Amino acid sequence: MRGTLRSGRRRTTSVSTAVGSALLVVLSACGDGGAGADGAGGDGAGDEQVCTSGEVSYGELDEEVAAAEVDEDGLVVYSGRNEDLVAPLLEQFTEETDIELSVRYGNTAAMTAQLLEEGDQSPADFFLSQDAGALGALGNAGCLAALPQETLDLVGDSYRAADDNWVALTGRARVIAINPELVSESERPTTIEDVLDERWSGQVGIAPSNASFQAFVTAIRVLDGEDAAREFLDGLVANDVQTYEGNGDVLAAVDSGEISMGLINHYYLYELAAEVGEENLVAENLFLQDGGAGSLVNISGAGVVSGTDRGEDAQALLDFMLSETGQTYFAEQTHEYPMVDGVESPEGLPSLDDLAAPDLDLSDLDSLGETLALINEVGLT
Amino acid sequence: MPACVAAVVAVLPLGYLVVVAARADPAVLLAQVVRPRSLLLLGSSVGLAVTVTAVSVVLGVGAAWLIERGALRGRRVWGVLAALPLAIPSYVAAFSWISAVPEIAGFTGAVVVLSLSCFPYVYLPTAAALRRLDPAMEEASRSLGVSTLATFWRITLPQLRPAVAAGALLVSLYTLSDFGAVSILRYDTFTRVIFTSFNASFDRTPAVVLSGMLVLVTAVIVIAEARTRGRARYARLGSGAARLSTCIPLGRMRVPAYGSLGLLAAASLGLPLLTMGYWLSVGRSGEIDLPRIVEAVGGSLVLAGGGAVVTMLLALPVGLLAARYTGRIPGLLERATYLGHAVPAIVIALSLVFFTVRYAIDLYLSVPLVLFAYAVLFLPLAVGSVRASAAQSPPVFEEVARSLGRAPRQVLRTITLPLAAPGIAAGTALVFLAAMKELTVTLVLHPTGMDTLAIRLWSETFTRSYAAAAPYAALLMLVSAVPTYLLGRDRRRTGGLPDPTQGAPATSGTYQTFPDPGSYAYDQAGKR
Repeated sequence: MRGTLRSGRRRTTSVSTAVGSALLVVLSACGDGGAGADGAGGDGAGDEQVCTSGEVSYGELDEEVAAAEVDEDGLVVYSGRNEDLVAPLLEQFTEETDIELSVRYGNTAAMTAQLLEEGDQSPADFFLSQDAGALGALGNAGCLAALPQETLDLVGDSYRAADDNWVALTGRARVIAINPELVSESERPTTIEDVLDERWSGQVGIAPSNASFQAFVTAIRVLDGEDAAREFLDGLVANDVQTYEGNGDVLAAVDSGEISMGLINHYYLYELAAEVGEENLVAENLFLQDGGAGSLVNISGAGVVSGTDRGEDAQALLDFMLSETGQTYFAEQTHEYPMVDGVESPEGLPSLDDLAAPDLDLSDLDSLGETLALINEVGLT
Repeated sequence: MPACVAAVVAVLPLGYLVVVAARADPAVLLAQVVRPRSLLLLGSSVGLAVTVTAVSVVLGVGAAWLIERGALRGRRVWGVLAALPLAIPSYVAAFSWISAVPEIAGFTGAVVVLSLSCFPYVYLPTAAALRRLDPAMEEASRSLGVSTLATFWRITLPQLRPAVAAGALLVSLYTLSDFGAVSILRYDTFTRVIFTSFNASFDRTPAVVLSGMLVLVTAVIVIAEARTRGRARYARLGSGAARLSTCIPLGRMRVPAYGSLGLLAAASLGLPLLTMGYWLSVGRSGEIDLPRIVEAVGGSLVLAGGGAVVTMLLALPVGLLAARYTGRIPGLLERATYLGHAVPAIVIALSLVFFTVRYAIDLYLSVPLVLFAYAVLFLPLAVGSVRASAAQSPPVFEEVARSLGRAPRQVLRTITLPLAAPGIAAGTALVFLAAMKELTVTLVLHPTGMDTLAIRLWSETFTRSYAAAAPYAALLMLVSAVPTYLLGRDRRRTGGLPDPTQGAPATSGTYQTFPDPGSYAYDQAGKR
């Protein structure tokens, strides 16, 4: 490094030269020295890596290879759902089947992007998602394998992929969380439009960057049209809606009386109850049951990764989650709606059928890009 | 040549940006770039960065002056307290503020929280520079009847400029790439929008385009900082050794001085600690899972410790090169290490996924990959430290050694590295701190099944199990406090550690340890 680098003292002046030449100088000056850093800058890597569609090897894999992998790593699960919520169920699966699992927890969007980037090199065998949108994106990229008909038939038509590569595991109802000390019995909203009333100016909370809010807006767009969605969002803004990072934050604000009500999903109330104690909880869930976007039931779901070499084990895990044990676990522990007939809804909740969920194909909720543009336009993110 | 490796590491994510952008439809790219909202947000991001940097400079320089020059009791303690906010993740600080003062959400909150988290980046180099500054000029100024305040403005501050600018650079880059704090405080910045658009569409293209814009902004900032280093000469001239500076009696300003330092410590440290206590006292989710906690501490130590060492090894050649040679190539190599720093962490993570699954699948989701990722993220912290401390040791020692027949390798081992050792230690500590708090990249790349404190903290707060989260948050701060303590300690007695952050190359020479390097000081100042 000595000697050769004593050149001029002129400073690079323009931005573009700086960035461009930094890359160039680094790449060229280090032509033979970059051994430690793979693929200097990634030239020749323009070939897009995508999942190979649908070619999962049910029962066709090399037994010995599979056995070796079981011992080493276990079935690799990418979980976009939180560890506290699903780990006990996954442990129970291992106990019952002796199939070891190796679980990565992360945020659904980041894990989805990770899997898309990994393509057919992905170590993942099974994907557990917090929402339908992520599963749809993976399905469209060919990263999820088609599921057997018996599995698909376990859940209702509207709660599985149109092209058969994912199923819903649980249902999540849209609610208006209210603080009954601030909202009297007669003032309770019965439709989502009611929250636009001047009476609630500055008193309504939402979490616009949250996937569940975006799915809700998408539902308005799909059910009532773009104009209705825009009108509703404009109404929120005009009514000085309060924005929060997450649904939990909205609920905490409702519970503390900072605001009167919030548009969230139903199960956050139970998380908060577990933390502060049920007797200290003020907020309540209000189910609209009006057949509109306000009574939307979204899902969490799962699929088998198409590049898996352990399709059978992955399928076994999916079947376990849809079994009575799995579904009861979700109903009791995460307070979500079970998707399979014959398993009871969580205690104290209206039944799934009574929710009057809008007649809507969940895969129609994949137009998130337009929703996001709309949310941006009205200035909510 | 080894310096190139570090630069390649740092610009690797840019390679990914190019690859993804090249795949996309140019019309879509253009639409993304010129979208009014993109530009608006770029504006609000830059606005936040400028404000946070300005506030951090005021806090950092103010604290440094009071602690180094004011006749305060417990100077040692104040020094550590002023460095300790580095141990507190900005998302924890943000959370404490928003729980305590919900109205603070938005721009104000973002400025308050980020400034309180970041001011040590300015405080540390400024305090170090003040410690080494020859007090003669200040004394002359005061003896000529100029007030203390005017002396500070006209004499002290100009000499501190490179140190302050170096710290300010780190603050502004941190602010541009921060996601956790701004999202908790609900202020829209470019980085937050990158995350949101990415969450909504699962499409990496918009995120990548926006990141490219952010890289350009970073380039502007890095160049601007280089400008402030400028051509001015800061080093002491002439022979003789500088005395240690004397303390200035505070007189009537005593109460405001203690008050403001106390307030700063309370706001930056007290509030987050109180919040931890509150979480523990009200929560019901607090079963302490000891084996789990021990495992998370172990994971954090392995990743952050390893990351610090790897980053420093990569940074050493760049830092030494930049300290000893001027010219375009060393300058570019050094600045290249900054470019990756402002790319949102999620994009860095995905770029590493992209490269490893293609070219090094065996390394995928392994510890070495995480260490490598930390190097990409935190190189600037280490490069700056090395450069500053190497620049302070007069090259005459190396020249003498070489003239006496030592091989370059021996000179490096016996002269250069030992003299730069304090800077190397400080840089390693800074990277360790940053890596302890890092979440986004760690989540994507950590070996499956490995836990760290930051991951556990994220996982528990996700379900609002704050009481369960509290031990992890507390341990994260506790483990981080050890290196922070070392950074913030008053090193007056030991001859002075050089700037622990990027530092000021031109305020060269710890003259109390190297008498009479006058002519070399000139030499060095001329080179910069």
